[in-house]
Amino acid sequence: MTDKKRVVTTSARRTARKTSAEFNFSAEMLPVIETGSETISSYRQTAWEAFQRLEMPKTTEEAWRRTDIRGLRADSFAIAKADPTDASVPAELLKPLVGEGHGGQITMQAGKTEIYLDPDLAAKGVVFTNLRTALSQHPEVVEKILGQIVAVDEDIFSALTAAFAEDGVLLYVPRGVQIEDPLHSVLWGPGASRAYFSHLLVYLDEQSSATYVHEYASPDESDQSLHTGIVEIFVGKAARLQFVEFQSWGRHVWNFTHERAKVERDANLDWIFGAIGTHLTKNFSEIDLVGEGSTGRMSGFYFTDGIQHLDHDTQQNHHAPHTTSDLLFKGALKDHSRSVWQGMIYVAPGAQKTDGYQSNPNLILDKTARADSIPGLEIMADDVRCTHGATAGKIDPTEVFYLNSRGIPTEDAERLIVEGFFDPVMQRIPFEGVRQRLQQAIIDKLA
Amino acid sequence: MAKLEIKNLHVSVENTEILKGVDLTVYQGEVHAIMGPNGSGKSTLAYALSGHPHYEVTEGEVILAGEDLLEMDAAERSQLGLFLAFQYPVAIPGVTLANFLRTAINSRRKADNPDDKGIPIPEFRKLLKEKLDLLKMDHSFAGRYLNDGFSGGEKKRAEILQMATLQPRFAVLDETDSGLDIDALRTVSEGVNALRGPGLGVVVITHYQRILDYIKPDFVHIMFEGKIVESGGPEMALLLEEQGYDWIREKYGVKA
Repeated sequence: MTDKKRVVTTSARRTARKTSAEFNFSAEMLPVIETGSETISSYRQTAWEAFQRLEMPKTTEEAWRRTDIRGLRADSFAIAKADPTDASVPAELLKPLVGEGHGGQITMQAGKTEIYLDPDLAAKGVVFTNLRTALSQHPEVVEKILGQIVAVDEDIFSALTAAFAEDGVLLYVPRGVQIEDPLHSVLWGPGASRAYFSHLLVYLDEQSSATYVHEYASPDESDQSLHTGIVEIFVGKAARLQFVEFQSWGRHVWNFTHERAKVERDANLDWIFGAIGTHLTKNFSEIDLVGEGSTGRMSGFYFTDGIQHLDHDTQQNHHAPHTTSDLLFKGALKDHSRSVWQGMIYVAPGAQKTDGYQSNPNLILDKTARADSIPGLEIMADDVRCTHGATAGKIDPTEVFYLNSRGIPTEDAERLIVEGFFDPVMQRIPFEGVRQRLQQAIIDKLA
Repeated sequence: MAKLEIKNLHVSVENTEILKGVDLTVYQGEVHAIMGPNGSGKSTLAYALSGHPHYEVTEGEVILAGEDLLEMDAAERSQLGLFLAFQYPVAIPGVTLANFLRTAINSRRKADNPDDKGIPIPEFRKLLKEKLDLLKMDHSFAGRYLNDGFSGGEKKRAEILQMATLQPRFAVLDETDSGLDIDALRTVSEGVNALRGPGLGVVVITHYQRILDYIKPDFVHIMFEGKIVESGGPEMALLLEEQGYDWIREKYGVKA
């Protein structure tokens, strides 16, 4: 499995590159951030230094063993800038998620950001804005969470994101504020040979609640593009967050993300992932249950086709007693696509009476598709209940025949079975409008 | 009045001949019972009629309302008006009974008219409620995943609900009585009786006479070693109840 070969590049500028990695990003490309915060400035500086120091992950590293990124044309990316020829955000993506509308909506694309927040929520102290605005106008809020949950040097991609991100969102919900309507943000990243960086910061103070839906999307291109992202979530004491993330990146996008949530005492996080896009994704998602009585649920679905490769690396960390985690990731795979799920439940010493569950069923729709499923438990306490399951199966012909016998042709029967396979995850999605959006994505993939 | 005609039907499973020349004609409005000992080929007949790919028809014909059933796949046979109530209904996790039935209805409509947009939701809801009420079933039944976690009795009732909703011309009930206690059997039979009428021909396949106390047949046939060997009226079932299948084995079995 050792690999000494470097990325094959054709760029003549390669020798002139100053960074230690194969990316062509240099110090003069760093965005100028107007902030009075020393914390923020030093965070970004530290990130830049880490980026210069860190190397591309290799398949000799356990986390990357099943995801080979030697095909990444790291030197081909330029930081996305405003381009008037870009496709604009499809209206479909901006449709209201529920009834009359949203509590807030942010649309981001290179050089153009639109922000709406219900004035009533703003009056209650809710902050819902893009990252650039947050860094300059809300540094005191940003400082509460920035870099507190995801370290800049987790790997080269987190460092890159932390140093370069201007896109992203800050959601801050003050103590005791309940947000009824969902908040919605979209990062729209069209174009080839571009690099997009996004950093989401979600901070729910004690006893607050919110539902937040974030989407990453772009049309297909022929040449590669890059997205790297960080998501940092803090759910304060007895707060409740429902967070839906959905990526429908174009088939040319290589996507690397680090996401982690810290859940305090008696708080509740309900986190839903949907993934249908990208050429390749390596996603790290973790829940840290740090407060007694906290609960974290991670529900995911992915549906791959063609030569897509999606790798989700999840971790449910029980650091306190009486914590509950429940992970359900369901995947369907067509053609030559491949998925990897590696999940770990960790129970710290003394985290008694914890209840951890993880399950990763996969539906293999073509012989040439492959799903790797690697559950794991690391339990340092003795009074816990932790269970896991991972399966990979094909569509059961007896199910197809049963549906046939009711007049449903095979193609429709298989569609129904795949939709049914995903339904338990869909039922966890709040709001009919959001659910329909994601169900439609599955139907489109089946067509 | 349409008829289902089975002529000299031979069926093999994995190159072993199970049905060795079955002849049977069923008219709409009639109820036929096919009884016989285990292994006589009753369920094979049910599966072969419905078009299960593992059952190979080697000889004979099956005509439904003048059309050659054997030329059709399972979905087309259903669309033509044939229904099989399964002995072991299959669970489809994640698909509600209502969603499944709506898809089945829409498949029929689309077969009739490729431009059909599907049954309007309010019309479908009304239809489903009617059928649930007819069969004295709770409306919440329709929201459950199809056969997933259903009790034996619930599965069989769900089969009858499907039959009621899809309105076939001919229904084959394959050992619908198996595994049911007497209350469940009565409920399911009442459902079938509620659907009896001039537009429906029924074939009840059973090992036991018990179900025929509730679903009164017009004709009773005895199947043995892949053929129908005796046919008669309802009294035939009572004869079997009293005497068992031994006399059939003696009369038609290979002599020792």
